[in-house]
Amino acid sequence: MVNVEKGIRSKLLSFSVNFRKLSVIATAILPPIFGIFLFFLFWFFISIFIKELPGPINTLKTLFELLSNPFYDLGPNDKGIGWQMLASLKRVFLGFLIGSLIALPLGFLIGMSSTVRRVLNPVVQVLRPVSPMAWFPIGLAVLKASNEASIFVIAITSLWPTLINTALGISSLPEDYKNLSRVFGFPLRYYILKVLLPYSLPYILTGFRLSLGIGWMVIVASEMLAGGVGIGFFVWDSWNALNLENVLSAILLIGIVGLFIDFFFAKLMERVRR
Amino acid sequence: MRAYLEIFNLTVRFGNNIILNELELLVERGEFVSIIGHSGCGKSTLLSVVAGLVKPSEGSVVLDGKEITSPGPDRAMVFQNYSLLPWVSVYENVMLAVKSVFKGEDLEKAKKKAESYLKLAGLWEHRNKLPSQISGGMKQRTALVRALSVDPKVLLLDEPFGALDALTRSVLQDELLRIWEKDKKTMLMVTHDVEEAIYMSDRIVIMSNGPSAKVYDIVKVNIKRPRTREEMIRSKEYIDLKEYLIYTLREKLKKREVA
Repeated sequence: MVNVEKGIRSKLLSFSVNFRKLSVIATAILPPIFGIFLFFLFWFFISIFIKELPGPINTLKTLFELLSNPFYDLGPNDKGIGWQMLASLKRVFLGFLIGSLIALPLGFLIGMSSTVRRVLNPVVQVLRPVSPMAWFPIGLAVLKASNEASIFVIAITSLWPTLINTALGISSLPEDYKNLSRVFGFPLRYYILKVLLPYSLPYILTGFRLSLGIGWMVIVASEMLAGGVGIGFFVWDSWNALNLENVLSAILLIGIVGLFIDFFFAKLMERVRR
Repeated sequence: MRAYLEIFNLTVRFGNNIILNELELLVERGEFVSIIGHSGCGKSTLLSVVAGLVKPSEGSVVLDGKEITSPGPDRAMVFQNYSLLPWVSVYENVMLAVKSVFKGEDLEKAKKKAESYLKLAGLWEHRNKLPSQISGGMKQRTALVRALSVDPKVLLLDEPFGALDALTRSVLQDELLRIWEKDKKTMLMVTHDVEEAIYMSDRIVIMSNGPSAKVYDIVKVNIKRPRTREEMIRSKEYIDLKEYLIYTLREKLKKREVA
């Protein structure tokens, strides 16, 4: 009798443990799934009333078609969605790299010296609010190629968040670390590599994260103007062919890739913070 | 005859506030001197001036015949809040300072010395840990080892044990005292702990209340060394000195807001 009771109790216990585990998973996963479901439902009803807008079902069908063969290449005007994405990603990372290589040292200088800050501040403040796309013609004129002009636009885009955040990180270095470096006579090399850089790394990464995020937004606009190959061009080309399913599929893809880029930097920052 | 560390007519003003006013102090080579006073009396400022971190408005500080104009490792400092770099290991924290000061053959010798200090302080097993992974006592030991390892002419200690619990504090006081007895390094320590001041020092400088603080009195501690805590607290010298210091701080230098 006692044994039977024990058996039932342990079964009940394990059931309740499993149930608890299940409910943890449920509270973590169910709300986002519900949110996505609501979004598609909303989209579905809108597409019923607005004839021009493709519905979610057709769009998802198109998306899976596009993704089923992403790397085909039928000449310069007909390439798979994978190639388009890769072309855009390459431009964004190249532009980001160039922008960062300029922004990092400048940010260090502005953060370290109030004189440099006072000299550069007006220029930064005037140029920062300008839409990066306005630089596109300048890029075309100087670089004489639309691909390079797009990279140039992304470089300009990534300049400001990295520059401003780096300068903020450097200038907020606590007095204690400065005193420490002065008392023990740290050479400039140590001061930069062992004090300034590690302290401002979270700020710099925030700048990188913002830069890449905005860069990924701007590349679409830039490629619409530039043509050739790239996800922005794909969107514009699909519009010209009146293929809105393609446009919407591209929007979903751009969002997902952007999310991954952001997620990567969020994880990186978590590691640095620890 | 000139003293090792000489502070002449030192006045420090921040804007319109006079922090230190015509302060004079002479410290002999190898002497352990404590500076005691109420909070806000400018004792930390005095230490910062000797470190070269704060420029005197008037007067001068001369160490070993040379006037102090900027910070330097000949006046290594143990900061109140340890000031360790949180992103490098205990070992790196010490060695960054050592490598900044010594070059060539001296560097190898200095590294060996620093390593022996790390072992002496019981930090050798923890040398690869980050400051966040060790206790407050070990952090302050690291800061002490770092300061000793650059072989300064004078060691500046800014309330070095203030943030530690009583037990850890007494252990570290003993350790510092043993090191001082061996090296006879000149030490200038700011503290607000009367017992600590008596136990460690040859002389105790009592500062008057700020603003516009100066040296109120200097008392000599005539307790023979090496000292042990147990012997000290029973000695008449200690009891009298403690009474005098507490009386002076509580009655003569009564703080207005306390009264």
